[in-house]
Amino acid sequence: MAQEVTKEKSMLLQKKMIGGLFDELAHVKESGKKVVYTFVPGNLSELIRAFDMLPVYPEINALQSGMKKRSGGFIKEAEKLGHSEDVCTYVKCDVGMFLNGNKGPADTQIPPPDLLLLSYTGCFTFMKWFETLDRIYPGVEVAMLHTPYQEDGKITPEMRAYMVKQLKEEVIPKMEKVSGKKFDEAKLKENLQHSADAEDYLVQIFESAKHKPSPIDGYFAGVYYIGPVNIGFRGTPEATEYYKQLLIEIKERIRLGKGPVTPEGEMKKERFRLVVEGPPNWTNFREFWKMFYDLGVVIVASSYTKVGGVFDLGFRHNPEKPLESLSDYCMTVYTNHNLPQRIDLLSKYIKEYQADGFLVNSIKSCNSFSAGQLMMMRTLEERLEVPVGFIESDLVDPRYFSFSNIKNRLDSFFQMLEQRKIILNQKTPVA
Amino acid sequence: MSKYYLGVDLGSTTSKAVIINEKDEIIGKGITNTRANYKVAADIARQEAVYDTRFTLLNQNLRVESGLPENIEDLLVSLDDAFHFLEFDIRLQKLYNEFLKVGKSAFDNKLSKLILAELPGLIDQIRPQIKEAYLHGGLARKSQFFRDVVNEQYTQAVDSLETEYFEKFMLVFDKSITPVENEMIEFDFKQLATDALNMLLEAGDYPELTAGSKLYQKVAKQIQIIADEKIDITNMVGTGYGRALLPFPESCIKSEILCHAFGAHAVFPNTRTVLDIGGQDTKAIQVDGYGLVTSFHMNDRCAAGCGRYLGYIADELNISLNELGPLAMEAEKQVNICSTCTVFAGAELRELLNVGEKRSDILAGLHRSIVMRAMSLIARSGGVHNEFTFTGGVARNQAVLKYVSAMIHESYGEDITINVHTDSIFMGALGGAMFARRNIDVDLPEKQKRSRAKAV
Amino acid sequence: MSDKTKNIDQILSFCKEAAFDLQFTEAAKCKAAEENRVLIGYMPIYFPRELVHAMNGLAVGIMGSGDRKQIVKGDAYYQSYICHMPRGLIEMALDGHFDEMDGFLFPSICDVIRNLSGMFQILGKGKFAKYLDYPQDFNRETGGVFYRNELKIIIDHITKINGVKLDKDRLNESIKLQNLNRRMLNEIYDIRQQFPWRLSAVELYHLQRAGIVIPVEQHNNMLHDVLDYIREDVGTPMDKIKVVVSGSFCEQPPIGLIRSIEQAGCYIVDDDFLIGSRWIEGQIDDQSDDPLTALANAYVDMSTFSSSVYDVNNHKGIRLAALAKKRKADGIIFAAPSFCDPALLDRPILQKDCEERDIRYISIKFSENTGQFKVIKEQVGAFSDSIKLWDEPVTV
Repeated sequence: MAQEVTKEKSMLLQKKMIGGLFDELAHVKESGKKVVYTFVPGNLSELIRAFDMLPVYPEINALQSGMKKRSGGFIKEAEKLGHSEDVCTYVKCDVGMFLNGNKGPADTQIPPPDLLLLSYTGCFTFMKWFETLDRIYPGVEVAMLHTPYQEDGKITPEMRAYMVKQLKEEVIPKMEKVSGKKFDEAKLKENLQHSADAEDYLVQIFESAKHKPSPIDGYFAGVYYIGPVNIGFRGTPEATEYYKQLLIEIKERIRLGKGPVTPEGEMKKERFRLVVEGPPNWTNFREFWKMFYDLGVVIVASSYTKVGGVFDLGFRHNPEKPLESLSDYCMTVYTNHNLPQRIDLLSKYIKEYQADGFLVNSIKSCNSFSAGQLMMMRTLEERLEVPVGFIESDLVDPRYFSFSNIKNRLDSFFQMLEQRKIILNQKTPVA
Repeated sequence: MSKYYLGVDLGSTTSKAVIINEKDEIIGKGITNTRANYKVAADIARQEAVYDTRFTLLNQNLRVESGLPENIEDLLVSLDDAFHFLEFDIRLQKLYNEFLKVGKSAFDNKLSKLILAELPGLIDQIRPQIKEAYLHGGLARKSQFFRDVVNEQYTQAVDSLETEYFEKFMLVFDKSITPVENEMIEFDFKQLATDALNMLLEAGDYPELTAGSKLYQKVAKQIQIIADEKIDITNMVGTGYGRALLPFPESCIKSEILCHAFGAHAVFPNTRTVLDIGGQDTKAIQVDGYGLVTSFHMNDRCAAGCGRYLGYIADELNISLNELGPLAMEAEKQVNICSTCTVFAGAELRELLNVGEKRSDILAGLHRSIVMRAMSLIARSGGVHNEFTFTGGVARNQAVLKYVSAMIHESYGEDITINVHTDSIFMGALGGAMFARRNIDVDLPEKQKRSRAKAV
Repeated sequence: MSDKTKNIDQILSFCKEAAFDLQFTEAAKCKAAEENRVLIGYMPIYFPRELVHAMNGLAVGIMGSGDRKQIVKGDAYYQSYICHMPRGLIEMALDGHFDEMDGFLFPSICDVIRNLSGMFQILGKGKFAKYLDYPQDFNRETGGVFYRNELKIIIDHITKINGVKLDKDRLNESIKLQNLNRRMLNEIYDIRQQFPWRLSAVELYHLQRAGIVIPVEQHNNMLHDVLDYIREDVGTPMDKIKVVVSGSFCEQPPIGLIRSIEQAGCYIVDDDFLIGSRWIEGQIDDQSDDPLTALANAYVDMSTFSSSVYDVNNHKGIRLAALAKKRKADGIIFAAPSFCDPALLDRPILQKDCEERDIRYISIKFSENTGQFKVIKEQVGAFSDSIKLWDEPVTV
């Protein structure tokens, strides 16, 4: 991981935060803290923290298992139990991890849930995933929070009212029941203020990539940057502190004209700027990243880093309207956007971040992202005349990562970009 | 001295080399199916291309000579055929040696004796037939590889033995063929070409060609001259699936997408869409007026719709890849094929045979389903608006070509021009050679600097 | 041949044609018959057709192109790991099959169908393309209210097209007709449970699928006649086991698959092929002062179970087992389309529920354009034989 090369202060902060959380999770028996399983997109971190409970994100565990090369085995075990080879590998990885004693990415024990909080936002599979967990942990409380999809590209008052009502009548009562604590609105408001502060910083961090050369990689490094807000620290002062520190470091990089930090040190020369759509592959994350930074390719913006919230479109958690803002948060995450909205967002990225090309990493597991991607790509190509590239991989199924296949396509794509650059500069025929 | 440029296209099933002159004209090409390693494959293809170049030069030189008979072109073709037979014959000798080795080591004493006793006769039986096919059947121009040529004849010959050890004899072949096929043999052009000329003399197909005749002397002399000429490769570019493994400097490696498009565009300058179906990948490429790629799409991870799929089907049916297309052309109808998935296609094929569908009809359906995959890639890349060029090894398959033409016209209009070159399989190598001639720095700037430094 | 038999033959052959008519000729006829009539296409699984009926429209079920259309353009829009149905739908849209349709509804089934709604929006097909977000909350005051509002949005869309406003009495009337339709369909299933040979599963499928592309009145007449016919002792029983088929609620199984299951020794006594026609399990209040709320409440209170729904307090495994028991089925065939997220992710859960209750099952996968069924026949045949001969539980 990026942290290993230059251990900047922010990296150490993040490491400490995440280590601390897994440590706390491993010791819930002693502390008596209750555990809430939930998902990243549309996660109610502030609310969970307001009840002093601890969050577990199964998809984070799965991606970490992928990075630690354990997912392949886990998936196979789940398939032996009858899980289809056709479906989401996050789910199968999680099932496999459970079968292997539920040891998390930090090799610490992941405790069983006291509450399954299904705020399923932008992904149907989450629902099936929790139905699976519901069977693994029979009798555990399940709170359903159905987030309406922005089918018409907007949030209506009725959608918001539906969400708030579910929060009031379903989610909060179950949290009270499980935690044994009364809902403390003041505490929630306090948490929401922390979130808003962190979100301000986060937006500045990602927007720093508009600078040339970009001081950050908004995809491969971006997935580390979203770590704290996506795994339960949104709403904590630690997260705000982390992002504040990170922004200071990035501003310094801009001042020095430095490029992004990669696992093999600093990227020297920025050759191409890309916008990427779709999640990364986790099993071969480093190899994958290397195919880009080796050739001076930096990802200036990505949709995947917005699965935990598209804060750059203006949404902030608002302590003045706690439940409404939690609702709006859930409804504004990237995968809850309809396709025209997604295209608009990517189009904005391509233009504002001055990208040379647009690349889709199509993920077998994730239809929420993948279904329609080809159309999005063509629409962007036609609308902006931007060169587009397309590769395929999976989240955590190592069988679905073909190095040569991806490398072949990427090289062709980069060479095409280079040719185009030469032509655009010369405006004269080559032949 | 003339300058030559080399393009090498290392595919997953075949490797191709093309040599061009300074006018972008193809003057030599070579192809091999060896799968030894990429270096050997590149060397063999390159060597073939160099021999081919010498023949082209021979042809050019003789054409300007006066006093030669009108049918000199035919004679040169025959000379080329004979040359190829002699190349073949040397490899056949090596195969025979390998047969003997395997015959001795792979069986128990009794069986070994029995097999060894038959082997000379088998070779004696197949060699004249193959020779005839080379000299009078145009075998050299039928794009068959050593393996295919021997396999067909050898199987027949063993069959005619009516031995109970059929399988054992086939085992001898299977064990011997790969090392022989993968061996890089340095032929002596002068010797072989001269032998070829004498072979023509002996055959007597050309009455003017007699010992000591002017014709004989002129050709023999040119052979000496050409054989001594140095074919100096000024620059080269490698491309194709295995390009990263080529022992070329990085600056000489280019994406096959760019090369195929550039090659196809050079041959057909009005081309705006190129479809390339290779062994491992299918590509739909859009190019601009200069032959530069504006967008491309490759098949997804699934290998359905590539040449590999056809290879798999051929294996299932136990016939050679070259027979697939012609068999499919005999179809009276097309059986609807559902699984374009390589893994399931075998099962579906067997099931269809079981329910009594004809092989040719099933094959027609299979070919059609492959083309449908390609058509959806073309649609992904933006469709066809102008001239369309079909390249890659699979373009030589008549059935595929038939469906591609039909569907392109059906989807994009009857007036779309469809180009297929007889050398469509060489388009990637041609594009590579053309890039080599231009020394266009399509690679990344850092590498450009290095390559420039080297050029100076 | 008696007149009755002749009539039934005519009905069934009409249905066979209409069910797979990718040009939607019957719907187009219906539209042409009256001014301001709209056609609203809806994808699987469920949509309250009553609503469109009450607004001078016909809700037309769009169940995919099946094995009746060559897919080229559709493949350009979808990666190989996405199910087959949306390819056919895009191909049909691009080829003008839906040109008579005024709007499209995409009930929430999965992410693929959800995103398809956006693709239709981008393609500009119809005057509206709405994703219909079915509530996963089954309380009248919460999910019910939200759902009622979703229906309101559809009403507004239609009013914008044809100027028709929703009328209470007309909606009650439409509900009544659709209630009758559901009641008769359920009665057919009830009769088939006991006497499955009286109407084959394929015939029932055609009958049912035709029903979603023609006006409910016309379909009710047919159901009436078919019921009248199969209430009598017709056909010849055969020695077959009884099965429930589960998992084919969205992308439809090819007719060949349904036929193969019955040929291989099984009577299909219940299924979820066209589950939308029987989604509401009971009669919707057709006398209400607020029929729209009645529709919404029916969804909240009377929905059947499905892989697209997670009704937290009402486990579908238990409900599936109860259905098998009610139908006196010998086993369950899980038949899911390849790459169908909801069905395939549910499968291990439902299988476990079966195992815990000693319900025998087998699992197969298909795609709407599957053409060969030999393997499936063998599997189903072995399943049937094992139950008939040895009565031993098998799992495949």
